[in-house]
Formats: sequence, structure tokens, C-alpha cells
Amino acid sequence: MKRTGRITSLICTTALLAGAALADPVDDTLVVNDEIEITTRTAAPAHLADRFDEVLSGWHFREADTRAMQADDFDNPGMIFVENALTAWETAEGTEGKSCASCHGDATESMKGVRAVYPKWNETAGEVRTLETQINACRTERMGAEKWKYSGSDMVNMTALLASVSRGMPVNVAIDGPAQTTWEQGKEIYYTRYGQLELSCANCHEQNYGNMIRADHLSQGQINGFPAYRLKNTKLNSAHDRFKGCIRDTRAETFAEGSPEFIALELYVASRGNGLSVEGPSIRN
Amino acid sequence: MKRSIFTVSLICAALSASAAEVAPTDVKFTDGAIADSLTGVAGDPVAGRDVLGDRALGNCVACHQITDMSDVPFHGEIGPMLDGAGSRWSEADLRGIVVNAKMMFPESLMPSFYRTDGYTRPGNAFTGEAADSTFGPLLTAQQVEDVVAYLVTLKE
Repeated sequence: MKRTGRITSLICTTALLAGAALADPVDDTLVVNDEIEITTRTAAPAHLADRFDEVLSGWHFREADTRAMQADDFDNPGMIFVENALTAWETAEGTEGKSCASCHGDATESMKGVRAVYPKWNETAGEVRTLETQINACRTERMGAEKWKYSGSDMVNMTALLASVSRGMPVNVAIDGPAQTTWEQGKEIYYTRYGQLELSCANCHEQNYGNMIRADHLSQGQINGFPAYRLKNTKLNSAHDRFKGCIRDTRAETFAEGSPEFIALELYVASRGNGLSVEGPSIRN
Repeated sequence: MKRSIFTVSLICAALSASAAEVAPTDVKFTDGAIADSLTGVAGDPVAGRDVLGDRALGNCVACHQITDMSDVPFHGEIGPMLDGAGSRWSEADLRGIVVNAKMMFPESLMPSFYRTDGYTRPGNAFTGEAADSTFGPLLTAQQVEDVVAYLVTLKE
């Protein structure tokens, strides 16, 4: 009897795995630490309604064990880097002798919700800033410290910390008002077919999400889970790092991390996930 | 003496190959098809099959499923299945599609395998750097002929 039960469940598992490998995103829900409910699928934001009914986190496109790793901070390798960033948060640097905490206090309280609204228009600077740009502005202008490398480990650890304290909150970047021009530039980049392979972001992540490209299961290319700990390179990866890799893979001359093009693209791609929860640091392939 | 004859014959071979070969910028399409061989040398279906499966060459299975190539792992689902392609399309159609599928299907996602101009930010292979003077088509003219020779064998 027991044996029959096990065999039946094995067959079911096999059937499920085969289904997952064939196409669609899996039907599953993510709750982190039995506490933080993550919205991993929701109605598409209005500006995307002519393209999608629903937006889906990349989490739905990964295998069961990868999805499970993200449900518990003790299993999530990305959280080790969050710990490192908590130390950096308290460490004074630069000519002003200040740390992040000197102005912002306890990151786990004061920084809640910040990740969710970036990239964001900065009125004083007259530009759209990513979280990374803003962190470097804090370092150079308030701390008198050196800039961090855009996707270096110090920076990506810090953005992981800031993402982690916003987990469960909906991504809600503004696309109108002064940010609109940048958003439109990002949209144009999203639909441009780059490189010798002539592939746009949309060709894979809008027209073909759920399909396999060789051994890769294509997602919607949402960035609500960034920075993402990738099993492929066993480190945290910034969104710009991933953009760069994708454009490189079209056999194109890519853009630089932190470039105006990638800042615009980040705003646009983030806006395609408005309504999904902040999920970083996520676990991906 | 012997050496110089060898050198001369090598040069002749190189000249005759380039003389017969149609350059990527000189390819002539008719309704998206290319009637004549790009090289004048018959394609080799066995070599063509290798090009379709090789990640560094055609990598066609990244997007297309082909039952005859089930020994090669991980076929993609982006493009149409190629079983029976040799029955659905003529050799000239297949040559046109491999060289530049957008001539027949303007919205196609398929890369152009024998084309060198009209790209946005072309790169130097997969380095992420800008293309330089070594920029060339994804496949050689003969590799295109080999691929076509294989595809025509895929009958219903």
C-alpha cells in the first residue's frame, strides 16, 4: 500500500516536472520565513495591459529546489551578503566621518519601501537615479567617501540589504511627470533589436516567456527580485549586470553599468513589474 | 621548385574559391528565396547537421526542435519545428531563410546567418565589445550550403 502510494507520487512528480520543463510558469506561492508574503503574480500595470494580462516574477520559472531556497533566509545565500552590508551600514567612512547609519539610523526600519520606488526622479540633480546612483551620491556628497564600483560587491551587498527590508512591498516606480522622458527612452531600448542576432528584450521576455531557449526557461525578465543570487556564478548580480549579459548575448556592443541607457532601461523594466513584490535578494539560475 | 608550385596552386585554389563565392552583400533574393548556391559547391548534409547542433556555429536547436537530432540535448521552442521542413520548403526557400529569414518573414526572430550589414550596435562575437574589422557573417557560405543540404533531407 505504502509502496503504491510512493510510486503514484513519483509518477505525479514526474508528470509535474515534465509539464514544467515544457512551458508554463509553475503555480506556487512564496512566503519568506513563514512571514513575508510575496506577490509573485498580479494583474499587469495599466501601461502594459495591451501586452500582458498578468505579470509574473522570475521565481515562477525556476525549479522547485531553487524556489524553496528563497523561502527561508537561512537557505538563501544572498542573505550572507545582506549581513555584510549591515556591517558596512554602521561603518564610518570618508572625510566627514559618517556612516550610512549616521543619517539614516536603523536600515531595517528607515529604509523600508525605498527599493520599491527606485529608479526615481531626483529633483535637485535633475535626473532619474537608481539606488546605486543614489548610494554613490550619499557617499561622495554626504560622507566625503569614494564612489563604489557600480556593480562591485560593496554596492550589490548594500542594494541587497535595501531590497531585503522592502520585501513584500509592491514595486511602484513613477513613470509620469519628470521621469517620463527617461521611461520612454527605456521603452525604446526594450523594443530595439540589438546585435548581430537582432534580439530585443521583448523578443524573448514578452513574446516567448514560458518557452525554452536551448536549456533556459525564459521568464518575463522582471527585475523585482534583484539583486539576484545566481546559482550560475554563485554571487549577487545587479540588474545592470544582467542587462549587460543579455545584450552581450545578442552579439551586440553592450552598454555600461550605470550608463544613461541602462538607467532608463531599469526604470522601464521595473515599471513592467509595478505591483509585484520586492523580492531581492532572490535566487535564480 | 616543388615548393613554389605548391604555393602557386594554393593561391589558385584560394582565388577560385573566392571567385565562385557570393559575398554577403551581393546575395540576390526572389520573394525571400535564393535560387543559386552561394558557392557552387554541393552542400554536405552531414556537415550541415553538425552546424545545426553546434552552439558555436548555427546553434539552430536553441530555438527549433528536430526529431532527427534527438541525440543533441535541449531543443528550444522559439521557432517552428523543423521536421518536414524539406517537404514544406524548396531548397531555394530554405537558402533564403537561413541567409536572412526577414526577407520572407519581416517580423521573424531568426538571426540572419549570412549577412553583414544593417545591424544596431553590432558586437565582436560574445565579448560585449564593438564589432571590429574581423566582423563577418555568422556562418560561411559553405556552411550555409551544408545546412540547406541537411534541411532538404527533413521530409514528412
